[in-house]
Amino acid sequence: METLSLLGNGLAIAVQPMNLLFALVGVILGTAVGVLPGIGPAMTVALLLPITFKMDPAGSLIMFAGIYYGGMYGGSTTSILLNTPGESSSIVTALEGNRMARAGRGGAALATAAIGSFVAGTIATALLTIFAPFLAEVAIAFGPEDYFALMLVAFITVSATFGSSRLRGLTSLAIGLTLGLVGIDKLTGQARLSFGVPDLLDGLEVTTVAVAMFAVGEAMAVASQKGGADDGKVEPIRGSLWMTKEDWKRSWLPWLRGTAFGFPIGALPAGGAEVPTFLSYATEKRLSKHPEEFGHGAIEGVAGPEAANNASAAGTLVPLLTLGIPTSATAAIMLAGFQQYNLQPGPLLFVTSADVVWGLIASLFIANTMLIVLNLPLVGLWVRLLSIPRPWLYGGILVFATVGVLAAKGSLVELTLVLVLGLLAFAMRRFDYPIAPVVVGMILGPMAETQLRRALQISNGDATVLLTSPISATLLVVAVVALFGPLLWARLGWRMKSDED
Amino acid sequence: MATLTRREALALGSAILTAAASGSLQALPSELKIMAPAAPGGGWDQTARVMQGVLTAERIVRSAQVTNVAGAGGIIGIAQFVNGSKGDPTALMVSGFVMVGAILMNRAPVTLDAVTPIARLTGEWQALVVAANSPIKTPQDLIAAIKADVTKVSWGGGSAGGVDHITAAMFAGLAGADGSKVNYIAHSGGGEAMAAILSNRVTVGVGGGSEFEQHVKGRRLRWIGLTAPQGTAGLPGPTLSEQGIKLELQNWRGVFAAPGITEAQRAELGQLVERMVKSKGWADQLSAKGWQDTYLGASAFEAFLKEEIARVSGVLGQLGLVRA
Repeated sequence: METLSLLGNGLAIAVQPMNLLFALVGVILGTAVGVLPGIGPAMTVALLLPITFKMDPAGSLIMFAGIYYGGMYGGSTTSILLNTPGESSSIVTALEGNRMARAGRGGAALATAAIGSFVAGTIATALLTIFAPFLAEVAIAFGPEDYFALMLVAFITVSATFGSSRLRGLTSLAIGLTLGLVGIDKLTGQARLSFGVPDLLDGLEVTTVAVAMFAVGEAMAVASQKGGADDGKVEPIRGSLWMTKEDWKRSWLPWLRGTAFGFPIGALPAGGAEVPTFLSYATEKRLSKHPEEFGHGAIEGVAGPEAANNASAAGTLVPLLTLGIPTSATAAIMLAGFQQYNLQPGPLLFVTSADVVWGLIASLFIANTMLIVLNLPLVGLWVRLLSIPRPWLYGGILVFATVGVLAAKGSLVELTLVLVLGLLAFAMRRFDYPIAPVVVGMILGPMAETQLRRALQISNGDATVLLTSPISATLLVVAVVALFGPLLWARLGWRMKSDED
Repeated sequence: MATLTRREALALGSAILTAAASGSLQALPSELKIMAPAAPGGGWDQTARVMQGVLTAERIVRSAQVTNVAGAGGIIGIAQFVNGSKGDPTALMVSGFVMVGAILMNRAPVTLDAVTPIARLTGEWQALVVAANSPIKTPQDLIAAIKADVTKVSWGGGSAGGVDHITAAMFAGLAGADGSKVNYIAHSGGGEAMAAILSNRVTVGVGGGSEFEQHVKGRRLRWIGLTAPQGTAGLPGPTLSEQGIKLELQNWRGVFAAPGITEAQRAELGQLVERMVKSKGWADQLSAKGWQDTYLGASAFEAFLKEEIARVSGVLGQLGLVRA
């Protein structure tokens, strides 16, 4: 109960008019940068740090938290409407969300994303309040072998994003894995596939690749169709703008399941926000009563991943606040923000600066509420974007995507990359290869590789470490079940049927 | 927006005059451009932005502008700086230890020889730590473990070939082991490495001293030692040298000017930076950030840099990361 009274004190700090204003500025800024591909919350917070130096610590940390949550919201809007993911964690949202938007269900997609983010953000923040210190201990017990097993589970489940043909899906995945290899190898410092271009040494930016593959490739595909303006017409609104009763019914469980993936994985030091969105998408596809709708705009495929990415944002704060371990770029910069005020996150922070911490946690609740109040009324306005004639709309998307990428890096190499990868995506579309596995492979490949090599390096090359760690062993069992379970079920189902005959 | 009243304009004018009279400067440089060859948020960017703040707040320059050119340990930034600012006496670039290694490892076409050293500004001492429940208690224990089997001692730290890796290799070298046999587990970003160290997954952790301070206070980690010279003031823990191990290494940051500027211009920039370093604003910022003032003027910095490049290239060569 002590927690509750502390949270109460925190709320009292957060609802001071000045701090409310900071939270408002934060969520608006965050939504704006979340919308632009390439510019993320991390960069925004970094640029604001020197300006906030003279400000009150609580106020500026509250603003940073608002930016962080706002970024997670904003990224989904462009994913759904323009097929241009603003952040890497909203890539999965584009899969179903954009299909929905084109079928006139953009309003429902945006609403389920916004409400799902709110629900997940609120639950996850509550979990953060209660379990933070305990969870942090579990999180650091996660070793490289355990991460590798988690990545295996993710790899197996991503086959859900493969589309109709396994072979084509695997081909796309291989392209993604190759793209993921580009840059300096993290463990040996050697350059791979960089062809002597210094700009490639840091590897490819996931958002750059996602924007090129999704947005630019699609714009080219649309432009190449003869009389393109008439084919596959986009309907801005069909039926209700709002979520129907059916939509609610199909959304609430995915929200909760997405939260269950997002929060714990976000709390892992190397978990990230992308992996839970993949897992959530795959789970929803498996569990859905309408699996045939996946790939054509299934609302579960938006609700789950969107909840997952917001929950992971709260999860990231667990190791940051309790151990001083930043696990995402934004968290790393927030840590710099704490240090600017001589606050050292870590086990002592809850004791030495309780008012700041609880003020921050309370402001997360407030930021979440503000975001939904701001975003829901805007849904109607956003959806109208889709009534822009297609040549204009796609022209606009191209400008938007390239400006975002240029603004983030200011490099010609990056711009060339966008165009080259856009051409590749166009060719893949033309020959019916799915795009999503490319991005998935690019995110998961390097993570899996690094973790496996790290595990083997620590164990001096002893591969049994993958089986002797209890977490890893459990996850490997899950992976095996996920791989063979459906086959087995299909067999059993078939046999039962034949018995009946 | 910023319209000056007549009185303010006069006050500003006289302030400029006094500044010009007190220093040997003919006039205040109207604008200084500081490049941070890294993304916003990192150490170089923070250094550039602190410089910007102090230089303008102390009225050493009228305005300063920070630009970021991210990528590949700064070698993209330095290439752009050398090409774009040749002969420009108002251009500065922040750099440091990490760039020395990045240039060597990637055989970068543009090296630190191409820019004009102005000053070393700050430094952070490296530290070796172990988890609280580790059987290793002293540097001597660690040396014994390395002597027993160098590959069984795993090191957790930052990127391969970076300052942490070099620290590990140098320590192993002191213990008589082959640097290339060091079982160094590279991590990206401080968070992952810290998790590996705290959970006792790696034998020993290596990183900047300030990263570990909180965890030592919280009794989760124990110092093995810092790489500062004996008798350095204000350290959070014991040095290796006072425990009989001669390993001195700092992750330094400094500032460089463009190529092709005159000696007079270089001296002027040097004075400007010196005034910044001696100001109270600078001292305040350094203590807030936990950075050590390790200022060296232009000529001392140039000599230091030469030694440092030779030392780093020797260690990286031993690690097999740089081929002659």
